[in-house]
Amino acid sequence: MTAELHEELTDPHADQLDHGAASSRPLKSRISEPQPRGAKIHGNRPVDQSEAANRFMAATEHEAMHDARLWDLRQKRDKEMHGIEEWEELRNLASGIKEHTLSKLDYYLELFEKNATANGIKVHWAKDGAEHNAIVLEILRSKGVERLIKSKSMLTEECGFREFMAENNVEVIETDLGERIQQLDDEAPSHVVVPAVHKLRTDVASVFAKTIGSDPDNADAHYLTECQREATRPLILSAQAGMTGGNFVVAETGTFVVCTNEGNADLSANTPPLHIASIGIEKLIPGLDDLAVFVRLLSRSALGSPITQYTSHFRGPRKGSEMHVVLVDNGRSARLGMEKFWPGLKCIRCGACMNTCPVFRRSGGLSYGATYAGPIGLIIDPTFNVHKYRNLPYSSTMNGSCTNVCPVKINIHEQIADWRKTLAGEGEISPVKKVMMKAAGEVLASPVVYRASLPLGRSALRHLPHFMLYNKLNTWGRKRDIPETPKQTFNEWYRKNRKQQDEGKKS
Amino acid sequence: MSGSREAILDTIRKNHVQGDRPRPTVPLFDQAAPADLKALFQKSLERMGGKMLTPDAADPMAPVRQAIVKPGPVLSCVPEFQGDMQITPQTKPTDIAPVEYAVLRAAFGVAETGSLCFTEKQLLVNTTGFLPQHLVVLLDPTQIVYNLHNAYQRPEWTQAHYAVFQSGPSATADIEGVLVHGAQGVRSLSVLFHPAS
Repeated sequence: MTAELHEELTDPHADQLDHGAASSRPLKSRISEPQPRGAKIHGNRPVDQSEAANRFMAATEHEAMHDARLWDLRQKRDKEMHGIEEWEELRNLASGIKEHTLSKLDYYLELFEKNATANGIKVHWAKDGAEHNAIVLEILRSKGVERLIKSKSMLTEECGFREFMAENNVEVIETDLGERIQQLDDEAPSHVVVPAVHKLRTDVASVFAKTIGSDPDNADAHYLTECQREATRPLILSAQAGMTGGNFVVAETGTFVVCTNEGNADLSANTPPLHIASIGIEKLIPGLDDLAVFVRLLSRSALGSPITQYTSHFRGPRKGSEMHVVLVDNGRSARLGMEKFWPGLKCIRCGACMNTCPVFRRSGGLSYGATYAGPIGLIIDPTFNVHKYRNLPYSSTMNGSCTNVCPVKINIHEQIADWRKTLAGEGEISPVKKVMMKAAGEVLASPVVYRASLPLGRSALRHLPHFMLYNKLNTWGRKRDIPETPKQTFNEWYRKNRKQQDEGKKS
Repeated sequence: MSGSREAILDTIRKNHVQGDRPRPTVPLFDQAAPADLKALFQKSLERMGGKMLTPDAADPMAPVRQAIVKPGPVLSCVPEFQGDMQITPQTKPTDIAPVEYAVLRAAFGVAETGSLCFTEKQLLVNTTGFLPQHLVVLLDPTQIVYNLHNAYQRPEWTQAHYAVFQSGPSATADIEGVLVHGAQGVRSLSVLFHPAS
């Protein structure tokens, strides 16, 4: 590849570009180290997130880069927020619009179907992932499609779409760079917005060297991006069908909206003669006035950029082509009836909760072993499989930062706490936690026992040997030092210093 | 599938979120709009990685010619500029692939985000916005709206089958946060303020 194909290759200041999705300061991995892989999946057995997180943290360069990149995105988000006076009002509006739509979802789905159909879009309904895959395969077979180009969609991850198409001899080409890296590495995306954020540039260089023939010793991001562009373009031009997801669906105009930075959704949708969009039923909003609120919030929350480079609105097929929308339920209509957990359906998949979460930043998205990682994953994944994902709601410090940055004001940390209660109630709790909880329950149930236990605990923390505090059973002792313990409890101090004084005041 | 439609809608009706949740009214948030939207548009466009061309009153198309610096076919979708290729009713979306520069007119611009709106009316063939290596865009300065709330009041949304906000060139930062222009779409985007004739 020649340098002239890409002017940044010869531009000494190229690394300084700091707009859009870029990091605000150069972050460059210094060493190459083997990439830690995600959680080990054993059928329906509960995923051990902390086991995978430990391996991610042991890969210090990966952990440091991941943490720095995502924290930088969080800071860029804050900067955007401070630039918009009405930010909090927009969040309130976004939350209100989503709640309104979810309270009349049947009406808005039918309205969208009516308007989209009138504009020439064929609307399909799928109750789950398998049905979605079958519908899409049928459309593709009817047109003799052998190659499908596709933009990123979390819903198709939920449906196991790529694996299904591979079994049915349809070649699927992901066109988002991060998602393509993950596809070529046969690994799931680790983040809803930046799918390969857990990889170092050297990891990408090794994947591309093996799959698209790039130079294994060249780990320059510009070079790697260019190699992918050159390798993907002939596939885009020769595909017989294109597929996108949908970030927002406007019922009143029959429009669906796709947001990308690369323009890959526009290429996927506009180049081949067939466009299929897979969309979750919770993506509905009423009208265009509402759309403005979400477009203003999405990329600012996700990447700290004012808008995605491309915001694409599809309202009907272009002349001589076909457009299909598959509306997918896959558990959403049931979630609507979960008193505590329905607000998770307001999610617009911006990833802000992941970027701010200290657990996510240090353990990597693949450690969750589920389609949705991070705080939003903790509250969505158990709705898909309560047993398999029963450990996830414990992968949180409960600092509430996720709730504070959420553009649609989902009470994420409260739902995490509610999941812990629900899981315990359903007996979905690990044996170690069960014993600990029982003992804690007995102590906390009685004020006398509780007060008596405090000085003992304090003294124990001060005098116990190291191995008793930092062991496998005490998960809080891992990667942390226990804080220094005070010499007396608050109750002891109060009795000594203030009790008589206070009682004197009362009389 | 046909049975699934009813099943999904039935479950939704059974599980509806309780309580009155009225639809909020969305304000336009445009009280602070400056009189000159051109300056704000330029600032926002540059933040998204786009370039502003300097107008030339004596020779209005000179900045477009000067922006075309690399060899290769030039496609013009505007009457003001003569390109090397013509779009005909037979032109297929993939025919745009060899184009180095496309010259387009935007339907309107958004000052808040530096966005340009294109619909099939301006693109002629939708891929003219994405398959060329570079875009040079004419924007009528009277067709700039202040923010996205104003933008969604425009008539294009109910007239076009396809409409896109393009805000700067194609970009990605998927590898270690390093921003690279031209991930899949155009590598560069230049804008010239030029009134529509």
